[in-house]
Amino acid sequence: MVLSVIALVSALGVVLSKNPVTSVLCLIVTFFTIAGHYIMLNAQFLAVVHIIVYAGAIMVLFLYVMMLMNLNAELEPQKRNWLKYAGAISGGALLVVLVAALRDASMPAISTEASEMGLIKNLGQLLFTQYVVPFEVSSILFLSAMVGAVVIGKKD
Amino acid sequence: MTLLSIDWFFILEKILLISAVLVLSLVVAMYSTWGERKVAAWIQDRLGPNRAGPMGLLQPLADGGKLFFKEEIIPTNSNRFLFILGPSVAMMVACMTSAVIPWGDTLTIAGHPVSLQVADVNIGILFIFGVLSVGVYGIMIGGWASNNKYSLLASVRAASQIISYELPMGLALIALLMLTGTLSLKEIVEQQRHDYWNVVYQPLGFFIFLVTAFAETNRAPFDLPEAENELNGGYHLEYSSMKLGFYLFAEYINMFVSSALMATMYFGGYAFPGMDSLGVSPNLLTILGFLALFVKILVFIFFFMWVRWTVPRFRYDQLMRLGWRVMIPLALANMLITGAVVLARQH
Repeated sequence: MVLSVIALVSALGVVLSKNPVTSVLCLIVTFFTIAGHYIMLNAQFLAVVHIIVYAGAIMVLFLYVMMLMNLNAELEPQKRNWLKYAGAISGGALLVVLVAALRDASMPAISTEASEMGLIKNLGQLLFTQYVVPFEVSSILFLSAMVGAVVIGKKD
Repeated sequence: MTLLSIDWFFILEKILLISAVLVLSLVVAMYSTWGERKVAAWIQDRLGPNRAGPMGLLQPLADGGKLFFKEEIIPTNSNRFLFILGPSVAMMVACMTSAVIPWGDTLTIAGHPVSLQVADVNIGILFIFGVLSVGVYGIMIGGWASNNKYSLLASVRAASQIISYELPMGLALIALLMLTGTLSLKEIVEQQRHDYWNVVYQPLGFFIFLVTAFAETNRAPFDLPEAENELNGGYHLEYSSMKLGFYLFAEYINMFVSSALMATMYFGGYAFPGMDSLGVSPNLLTILGFLALFVKILVFIFFFMWVRWTVPRFRYDQLMRLGWRVMIPLALANMLITGAVVLARQH
């Protein structure tokens, strides 16, 4: 409960903050609270990997770029009013669609058997037996993204 | 209802254990500053601190007191909240890793078995890795919030250095994990207790881990974020008083914790040769094991200092080249060879 409140407040902070660095720091807090939720669902592996990958690597690079660009509120170009309205309306429409989609979805309570699923041993066995094809396909996707990054980097 | 069924002994035990571990790491960090100066003096043929107390033993207390009473300056154009947050994060993250290190086997106090490990989680190594990857925020936030070019440059250096060296460290650990088949540090130690130490099987992995540990703790020869002759001091340039002390202190705690990690993962932790054939009571054996771990940690801390006063600092491009062109291919090769050997022994 407390965790969810912190998650929501920091997520709002990401959107509402004028200073991009504060925004990024709020996003990091949000990631930590989400990792806390994973731990409460007994998915320790997911929680730690979430922190290592998102909070530890990706957000460091985000912060890095934000600090070097040194953006601030005064330099930000003033947006037109109709843009703001269009953004609000399309965001609201997305919310309506999401609510409509989730309203009928059934949420089965997590059984004790399923809650053991997040432990690393079960997760590894599942990934390499039942879900081995999607797992390998996603790793090939990552490899192609890495090759792409190297190719783009070489042009300069 | 659950209030009354809480195992109060358990809570008391954990609180005491956490306090003991924290006090231990703080005291060791404090005396590492004294040790560092003594080792430096010894290597450079000087006397070192010898005024405060016998052999200068009270020097760390005097330094700490001085830092507490110094004037605290927060730069006018800095971001006040982040300026204070930086050293706090650095200190907190440095202390967090010690939670999963097994400091010893179980002690039996008044019939209760007390494990000398705060939390035996089944993702111990990943937890340490996660905490390490978060550790860079203290330096980055502090450097940026100071609103100073040199601090910002230093924190940018720190960020890219730590991210670059995290990769070979992770790859070296993967090879170790393939060998042990567990992520729990306690089980890794128990395996080494009945077998050879892991360093026998993973000499290259240990070497890679050692080098990257130097880089992750920002110790010489990888101390580019605080290269004083290029950066006027580094990310803590604008800091004064105890906030500067926190940054300096966090470095020593990191050194202590990474020494403890290396001793645990590669040098048997609290296990020592001939441990099970001594025939003393289990409690005494646990205490002896703790002392063995402590001696190993002190040896590693001495090694950290020895390298600092022997090897000159790298240039930044050399550092990056070493990280990406030497360490990562070495770690990958080590991982592949270990995987092949493990597979061959299974068949």
